[in-house]
Formats: sequence, structure tokens, C-alpha cells
Amino acid sequence: MEVVWESRELLWQGLEYTLRLFAVVIVLGTAIGILGGVGLLYGHAIIRALLRAYVDIIRGMPLIVTIFILFYGPVAYGINLSSFQSIALALAIFAGAHMSEIVRGAIATIPRGQIDAAKSLGLTFWPRLFSIVLPQALPLMIPPWTNLAVDIFKGTSLAVLVSQADFLFSVQKRASARGHYLAFYMSAMVVYFVCCFAISRAGAWLSRRTRIGLA
Amino acid sequence: MSDSRQAVAPATTAATATMPMVRIAGVHKRYGDLHVLRGVDLDVQTGEVVCIIGPSGSGKTTLLRCINFLETYQEGRIWVDGQLVGYRERNGKLVPASEKEIARLRTETAMVFQQFNLFPHMTALQNVTFGPIKVRKVPKDVARQRGMELLARVGLANKADSYPAHLSGGQQQRVAIARALAMEPKVMLFDEVTSALDPELVGEVLAVMQDLAASHGVTMIVVTHEMLFAREAADRIVFMDQGIVIEQGPPAQVLDDPQSERLRAFLSRFRSA
Repeated sequence: MEVVWESRELLWQGLEYTLRLFAVVIVLGTAIGILGGVGLLYGHAIIRALLRAYVDIIRGMPLIVTIFILFYGPVAYGINLSSFQSIALALAIFAGAHMSEIVRGAIATIPRGQIDAAKSLGLTFWPRLFSIVLPQALPLMIPPWTNLAVDIFKGTSLAVLVSQADFLFSVQKRASARGHYLAFYMSAMVVYFVCCFAISRAGAWLSRRTRIGLA
Repeated sequence: MSDSRQAVAPATTAATATMPMVRIAGVHKRYGDLHVLRGVDLDVQTGEVVCIIGPSGSGKTTLLRCINFLETYQEGRIWVDGQLVGYRERNGKLVPASEKEIARLRTETAMVFQQFNLFPHMTALQNVTFGPIKVRKVPKDVARQRGMELLARVGLANKADSYPAHLSGGQQQRVAIARALAMEPKVMLFDEVTSALDPELVGEVLAVMQDLAASHGVTMIVVTHEMLFAREAADRIVFMDQGIVIEQGPPAQVLDDPQSERLRAFLSRFRSA
């Protein structure tokens, strides 16, 4: 274990990259998902069809394929994305597709009577969405959103394939430099577990916080 | 307000003075092949309490939901306080009104639902003040004070900070009535408001409605199966069957001296039940 501790600075750099990637992806993916979920339910027929295709294609494809497409694809069209940008985009597109379905599903469970009541008070679409529908849908989204966040966090390790900076890459690099593969990978396991466990707990806490008044 | 009304429906404003609070004229409603309303005519005067009775599937709830345009209708016209509901009239044709126009018109009518439909993420008081604050732009402290008065009126001042999940069905429905009243509507629509309640909770809700009806401050259209309530609170009872109005008149006349075979059959089923 001492060999691992000696490499802490390099490993920390890797973890920092991974955490930054995760933060960007979860924010972007959640934003895409909220727009996507609302669009899937209330959008124009053409928008709905396009979103449906996006969600189904991405969900039906291994994440690694999306990552490679975003890594090799744009360059072919003269668009230069950094490796961080391409992996972040790939993961955000992946997260957005799953999140869209989570948001759509949560909103769809809000009883029709809630909409009727809001309409009969004279509320138009957007205030209805923001004051009545989303506050009730949010608590339903948080548990699956937490699961998604955990999947995304583990998914950031796929960055090892296209970038040379994430946590897993730093572990790999130090392990091959120093030997002691088992010690390094066991440490990696602990770090990933601690992070994912923290995400789960944060999700559970958030879930309790948002359930005000909701049985 | 009156300016925008004229802009919305110039053709109907002239008639406002002579028009009843609610006028339903030749309304048809279809769900695909199902013909739910088959030409309903009904006038309700300002301050009048009208109870609509009839067997299930007779279209009474659908008619009620057409009055605030929660349901569209395909033929005929509905006016609330002289304003055409859900459509504009252009060269004798109906053109759908904008979302804003429909929303504004809905503030004139308030609805109380069978399933209460309180907002579960808001306290009783927040449910009552939400519409006034959000839609009517009433200052918060004014809305809150008025909300407390309304909760007191329905006997729930002590439940102001409770969430709907912690209230009984009867209490929830009384909050829902307070929520509707808070909008200071011209017309209140009650859609089988006691049907989802346990029998022992029906009385407290009917008492609030009876009190409301006796005050004659607001026009009430009440779809109900509570014959006793209809007899005591209604100025007029309307009997609907198979999508049309069959008979109407003062409670004593309609309930004690039914003219049509269908109403007689309906009432007899009721008495045997």
C-alpha cells in the first residue's frame, strides 16, 4: 500500500480529472434530460419523433461506441475536440438519453386531475409545468437519477480509452511503472466505491428533502 | 378587463346585459364515435344554484367540464358572463381561442373535483393562496389573510399548515372549495364532489356547499347524486339523460312530479337504492 501512497499526487490528478468530467456530464446530461423529457411529452410531433429516435438509439447502443464516434467522428469533419470535450460530450449524450426517459416517466405519472386543477385556476402551460408538474415529478426522478449518476461515474472510467488523464489511467500508469498491480487496482476499487457510495447517499438525502408533503 | 373582453368577443358584448351568467346553446360533444352531448341547451342566471342530476354516462360531468373548457365541444356555443368559451367567432365560424384567452376565461369559473385534486406539495393555505398569487397577482400578505378567512369559513383554520396527505377526504374537499372560492369566480362548478368520500364525511362537505348556496353570492352549477342536497339547496334541478336535458324546474316539481318516463325511472332507482 505504501507504493500507492507514494503515487498519491499523480493519482489525485487523475481523480480530479474524473471528478471534473463527472460534474460536467451530470449537469449537461440532466439539462438535456429535462428538455428531452418535456419535449417527449409535450413537443410537436416532429420534435417528439426526433427525441424518441435519439433516446432509443443511444439507449440501444454500447456507451463505448458513442464514445468512439464522438472521439473519431468530429475530427473527420475538421472539428477538433479535446479528448476531455469528446468524452464529456459522449457521456452527456448518453446521460441525456437516459435522463429524458426518467423525466418523461416521472412527469407521466402525475395524475391528470392535477393538470385539470391547475388549468381551472387559469394557469397556462409553463406555470403549470414549473409550479405544479415538476415539483411533484422531481421526487420521483431522484432515485433513478441517482442510479444514473452512479452509472455515469463508473462510465467516466471509459475515458481511459481515449484520454490519458482520468483516474483509471493514472492508476494504470503508476501500476505498470511500479508493479504491484493488485495494490493499485484494489485502491482504485476503494476510491470508485467510496465515490459511488457518496453519490447514492446524496441521492437518498435529496430524495427525502424533495418529498415535502408527498406521501 | 372590460377592454380586453371587447377585443376578444366584440360580437357578444352587446348581448351581455341580457345574457344569463352561463348560456349553453345546442352543444354537441363527441369522443370519436361516442356522442356524449347531443345538443344541450341550458341557461343559468346570476346567483342561481343549479343541480344537474342524471344516470352515469348521461353527460353531466362532460357538460360541466365544457363550461371551463377542460373539454372541447364540437358544435354549439357556451358563454360565461357573455364571453364565448374556448373559441372566437369569426364570420359565423368557431375558431379556437388562444391559450391565454382560455386561461383568462377559466379564472371566471372555478371547479371543485370529485377527486379533490389538491396540490400535494403545498399546504392547505398554500393551495388556497396559490391561484390568487400566481394568476390574479394578489399581494402575498393579502392573499394569505383572505386564504385564512376562507379556511375559517370551511372550518379548517387550524389545518392551514397541513399538507393534503394529512387531511381526511372531507377536509381535503373543503380546502378545495376554499381554493375555488379564493379565485372569486363568477361561477362555481362542482363535479360530484362527495362521490369519492366515505359516507360519514359527506355531510361536512355538503354543509359547506349549502352555506355557500344560501349566501347566493356565487352562481353554482352542481353535478350531484345527493338528492337531499339538491332538494334543499338548488333553485332549479336539471335532469340529463343520454346527452340532453330531459326535464328541469324547481326541486319540488322535478323530484315530486316528474313528467318524463326517464326521470321517473331514474328517481325510482334512486329511492330503491
